[in-house]
Amino acid sequence: MLRYEMICVGAGPAGLAAAIEAAKNGVQVVVFDENDRPGGQLFKQIHKFFGSREHRAKERGFNIGQAFLDQARETGVEVTLNAVVLGIYENGAMNVMIGDQVKQVRAQKIVVATGAAENMVPFPGWTLPGVIGAGAAQTMANIHGIRPGNKILMVGSGNVGIIVGYQMLQAGSRVAAIIDAAPKIGGYAVHAAKVARAGVPFLMSHTIKQAHGKECVTGATVIQVDSSWQPVAGTEKEFEVDTICIAVGLNPTTQLLGMAGCKMTHVPTLGGRIPVHDLDQETTVKGIYVAGDVSGIEEASTAIIEGRIAGLAIAHRLGYMDDGTFRKEREKQSQSMKGLRSGSHGERRAKAKEYLNAIMPAAI
Amino acid sequence: MTPDSSLTGFLTEEELKEGPGIPSAARRGKGPVAVIECLEDIPCNPCESSCKAGAIVVGEDITQLPHLDGDKCIACNTCVHNCPGQAIFMVDESLPGGRATVMMPYEYRPLPAEGDGVIALDRAGQVLGDATVIKIRQTRRMDRTATITIEVPKKWSMRARAIRLKT
Amino acid sequence: MRIEDHPVLGKFEKGQKVRFSFDGKSLEGFEGEPIAIALRSNGVLIHRYTARRNEPRGVFCAIGRCTDCIMVVNGQPNIRTCVEPLKADMVVETQQGRGPAKESEVSHA
Ligand SMILES: Cc1cc2nc3c(=O)[nH]c(=O)nc-3n(C[C@H](O)[C@H](O)[C@H](O)COP(=O)(O)OP(=O)(O)OC[C@H]3O[C@@H](n4cnc5c(N)ncnc54)[C@H](O)[C@@H]3O)c2cc1C
Repeated sequence: MLRYEMICVGAGPAGLAAAIEAAKNGVQVVVFDENDRPGGQLFKQIHKFFGSREHRAKERGFNIGQAFLDQARETGVEVTLNAVVLGIYENGAMNVMIGDQVKQVRAQKIVVATGAAENMVPFPGWTLPGVIGAGAAQTMANIHGIRPGNKILMVGSGNVGIIVGYQMLQAGSRVAAIIDAAPKIGGYAVHAAKVARAGVPFLMSHTIKQAHGKECVTGATVIQVDSSWQPVAGTEKEFEVDTICIAVGLNPTTQLLGMAGCKMTHVPTLGGRIPVHDLDQETTVKGIYVAGDVSGIEEASTAIIEGRIAGLAIAHRLGYMDDGTFRKEREKQSQSMKGLRSGSHGERRAKAKEYLNAIMPAAI
Repeated sequence: MTPDSSLTGFLTEEELKEGPGIPSAARRGKGPVAVIECLEDIPCNPCESSCKAGAIVVGEDITQLPHLDGDKCIACNTCVHNCPGQAIFMVDESLPGGRATVMMPYEYRPLPAEGDGVIALDRAGQVLGDATVIKIRQTRRMDRTATITIEVPKKWSMRARAIRLKT
Repeated sequence: MRIEDHPVLGKFEKGQKVRFSFDGKSLEGFEGEPIAIALRSNGVLIHRYTARRNEPRGVFCAIGRCTDCIMVVNGQPNIRTCVEPLKADMVVETQQGRGPAKESEVSHA
C-alpha cells in the first residue's frame, strides 16, 4: 500500500490550490484526477473572470488554470491523471483506479475536491440526439473546436446558461433564446447584457414542453409557467432549433464523502446535499477535508480560497506550520473570501456557509 | 411600464439614468469619455485598478458600483477591454455635424475592417441603422478582447452598443 | 461544424488528418480527437439505437459519464465515443441495442 501525507481527490482549482498550499509548506502531496488533463472546469472557461487582482480578475479561466498547473509543478505536487478514486474507507484508506488497475493508497489527510455534476430536467424528447448538457456544449466548442449546433435553445438563465450561450455565439452558432422557469434572470446582469445586445431574447417564466424530431432535434415547444410553476395552456411558442442545451444547475459530487460517513445537510442555495464542515474545511470525519464546488456550488475564485484554507489547515495539523503563522495565513484567506461572498449574489452563499459552519459541532 | 433588465437581460435607459458610471451630457460633448454600464453589486474591480487616471472608483468593498469622475477620464480606453463584464464603452459626442462615436468591446470573429459599413444595434440587439467602423484595436495586452469604434448619428450615442456585420 | 478561427482560442491544435469508416462510408477526422467529434464534423449525430424501444441516442455529456454515445468500434461494442480517441482506419458502426453478440454467445445460440 502506497502511503502519503496528503491526498487530494480532484485536480480542479480547489484540489490544486489545496495541494500547492500544503506542498509549499513541506507536506508530501499527491493529487488524483479522473481526466487525462488537470484543471477541472477551469479549462472550459474562456471568458475573463470577475474579482480583484488578488483573485486574478480579468484573466480568462483557462489561463488561470494553466498558471495553477505551473505552480503545482514548481512546488513539487505530484498529479496523477486517469486516476478515479473509487472509495474512501477507514483511517484514510482509499481505492484508486489508475488506468485499469485498482491500487490501495493511504493518507493522513484527505481533501475531497470532486466538483459538481449537472442537473437534468426530463421532458418529452429529451433523449433525442441534439439535446445536450451545457458542459457538453463547452467541451465541444472550447476543447475540441466544434460547434454543437447551428441554432441553439438554451434552457437555464443562470451564469452557466448565459455564459455558455455567449460561448455558442463566439463559436459561430445562433442562440434562438434563453429560457428559464424562474421569474427573473439568475446570472450576473453584465453577462446577460452581453448576449441580449447580440439579439438573444430571454424568456422568463418559461419552461420546455417538448423537443421535436424523429431521429434528431428539429425544434422545441416552450410554454409559460405561472407563479406556482404550472404550465399556462395556450402560451406555447415554437422554436426551430437543431440543439437544445440544458443548464439547470449543478449538484455537488459527494458520493465519496457519503461513503466515508461524512454528515450531509440540505442547503438549496449551495446546490443540494452538502457536507457539513468547519472553518478549516474539515468534515465531520476527522482528517477528511472538502473544498470547492463539492462543498457548495460557488465559483472558481472561492474554490481556490477554500482549497488554500484546507491546505494550510493540513500543513498546520501535520506540524509543518506553527499556530501563529497558521492563524495569520488563514485570516488573510478569509478576508479575501469576504470580498467574494458579498453583494446580492454572494451574500446568500455567505449565509449558507455560515450555517454549515455553525451546525458543525452539533453534527459531530 | 417597460420590463426591467431582470426579465430582458438588457438595461433600459431609465435604469441607466442614475448610474454612477454614466458621464454627463456636457462631459460627453467635450470629447471621448468612458460610459460604465454596471449596476449590479458583484465583487469586481479591474476597471478601477486598470484606470491610471484615477477616474474610476470602486473602493475597498469590491462589490460597490464603479463611480466615474468624468473630468478625470482621459479616454485611454484601457477599461473597455479590461472589464470582464464587457460593460464599459467609450462615447464621444464632440464630433461636428451631429455625429458621435461609440467604442465597444468585441469578442467575435470575423472582425470587420476599418471603413466597413456595419449595422448598429441597441442594448436589446434591435437594429438602429447604418454605422461606419472607424477604428479597430487589438493588441496582445487586450487578451483577445478587441475594441471597435463606430461612427453614428449623435442621437444613437447612448443607444448603440453592438454591431452586426453586413453579409 | 468545425470552428476555423475562434475569437479567443484561435486555431485548434489537432493531430494528423486520417480516414476512418462509419457504417461502411469513408470519412475524415483528426487523429487523437474523440471519435464523436470526428463524426459530428461529418454531420453524424446518431450513435446508437436503444435495445428495447429502438430510439436514437447521441452525445449528451461529452465527458464519458452518461454512455449515451456508445458505438461499436473495431467490432467492440459499448465504446464511449465522446472520449475514445480516433485512430486511422478505425471501423466505427452505429450500435443496435447491446451491439453484436460476442462469438462465444453466438455459438451457444
Ligand atoms: C459555464 C461556467 C462558467 C463559469 N464561470 C466562472 C467565472 O466566471 N468565475 C469563477 O470564479 N468561476 C466560474 N465557474 C465556476 C468554476 O468553474 C467552478 O466553480 C470551479 O471549477 C470549481 O472547482 P472545483 O475544483 O471545486 O471543481 P472542478 O473544477 O469541477 O474539479 C473537480 C475535479 O475532480 C475530478 N473528480 C471528481 N470525482 C473524482 C474521483 N472520484 N476521482 C478522481 N477525480 C475526480 C473531476 O473530474 C474534476 O476534474 C464557471 C463554471 C461554469 C460551468
